[in-house]
Amino acid sequence: MTKLLQTLVDGLGVGSTYALLALGISLIFGVMHLVNFAHGELITVGAYTSYFFFIHGGSWWWMPVAILASAALASVFTELVAFRWVRNASPFTLLLTSFAIERLSHALWQIFISPKQRTFRKPSWVFNQFSLGSVRFEVMDLVTIGVTGVTLVITAVVFKRTLFGVAVRGAAEDFDAARLMGVKANRVISGAFAFAGLLAGVAACLILMRTPAAEPAMGADWLLKAVIAAVIGGLGSFTGAVVGGLVLGLLETFTRAYLPDVADGWDRFSTAVVFILIAAFFVVRPDGVFKVSHAERV
Amino acid sequence: MLEVDQLTTRYGAITALHGVSLRVNAGEVVALVGPNGAGKTTLLNTVAGLLRPAEGAVRFNGADITGTEPATLVRRGLALVPEHRRIFKDLTVEENLRLGGATLSASQRRHKVHEMADVFPVLRAKWSTSAGFLSGGEAQQLAVARALMCDPKLLLLDEPTLGLAPTMVDVVFDLIARLRTKGLTMLVVEQNATRALHMADRGYVLRTGHVVADGAGAELAADSRLFESFIGGSAEESGAS
Repeated sequence: MTKLLQTLVDGLGVGSTYALLALGISLIFGVMHLVNFAHGELITVGAYTSYFFFIHGGSWWWMPVAILASAALASVFTELVAFRWVRNASPFTLLLTSFAIERLSHALWQIFISPKQRTFRKPSWVFNQFSLGSVRFEVMDLVTIGVTGVTLVITAVVFKRTLFGVAVRGAAEDFDAARLMGVKANRVISGAFAFAGLLAGVAACLILMRTPAAEPAMGADWLLKAVIAAVIGGLGSFTGAVVGGLVLGLLETFTRAYLPDVADGWDRFSTAVVFILIAAFFVVRPDGVFKVSHAERV
Repeated sequence: MLEVDQLTTRYGAITALHGVSLRVNAGEVVALVGPNGAGKTTLLNTVAGLLRPAEGAVRFNGADITGTEPATLVRRGLALVPEHRRIFKDLTVEENLRLGGATLSASQRRHKVHEMADVFPVLRAKWSTSAGFLSGGEAQQLAVARALMCDPKLLLLDEPTLGLAPTMVDVVFDLIARLRTKGLTMLVVEQNATRALHMADRGYVLRTGHVVADGAGAELAADSRLFESFIGGSAEESGAS
């Protein structure tokens, strides 16, 4: 029972980070039909921003603001200098552009900072533990789940209540029809990139509080998981992205915790097992959990 | 109010409009009829800014609007109800209307949304329903209401009765008549040619990208020779696509 609960909380923690990233990927896919493989780089931007501020005496009290701002700015910047120019090109061209940005980002950090990992300070309370009954939790578990919950509620309110949110959803369904309503293409796309950047910034905060380190290629692994989560949920579906992220997180932690321990290091297979399970899922449901009808036009 | 001058629009190597000219005066209802593939939708989409013409000019209230972004044209008072309605199926009826008022201030938008609820009781009944669940007639009314949100001076309507049940066709024609009494200028593309021409002040017959006839609506409708040679029988028309 204790193990079950702890695994559940672990899974929700990892899963909610995936969910925040997957939501951004789904959002950009919605308005541009781009699977943005450069999205993970926003975590790297957040990490080096933290590193920069920490060597100049930064504190975790205001670091989240810097991380969010840097991720949002970087996201908008990639759209402005790269994606805007290939907006009407084929999805494959868009995909290649995002690969190029990803690799360019790796190279730039390697050249201008260092190929080696740079570490900084974590908040002192992160791994403090507290008990609920017989189960021990880390403070960070609670923070992760709480912050994600609040972020998702804010996201839901933005997309249901504000004109910007309604315009993004409308543009995701039929961009030309949205233009006929007076929605400005540049504004709605920039806005979507800014919002996706903020969500990635929140994810970066949660990641960096646990693992305060910056490394050129650190975004790649998170990106892969986030793309898979978004696809599990059904690309373009916001609810799907959240569900996909949580499912992937839970699947990972549960296979790691419960995979039969037949040999030493057997748990290293857990990621492969997860991917096989997901592949099997796609055989049954090729469109993901929430099928997005208009995504077929891609 | 609207002047289309020698407009040519191409899709790659295919020319859909060959130097089409027409005008719509303030307060008029003008019908644009012709067989499938005549270029009617291309013309409306080019005027509304969704397509860029290869040659020619479009003037709206005296200003050259050739190749202007749709978002800008909406702000100047030119709205299009596109072919197949293209309402946002994932959004609720209310959200569709709010988006229709994207160019308004928040308070104007709220006011306008309430106004539409009064004008279209059908929509009020489905207020929080996803627009994807509306019937064809309801969806068409939503499409028109959504376009009216921005208080257009000129409304372009592309096949507003396409695919509707006969009673719903009546509802849509009534709606157009009602809008006309309010003084709204309209350019209507219709596959229901006879009825559209009878309703309109003037009409244009378009065929393979050329204007082949124009004149008072009732006169064009009465010209049976014209119908045979240019518009084609309704059976042929529906079979062509």
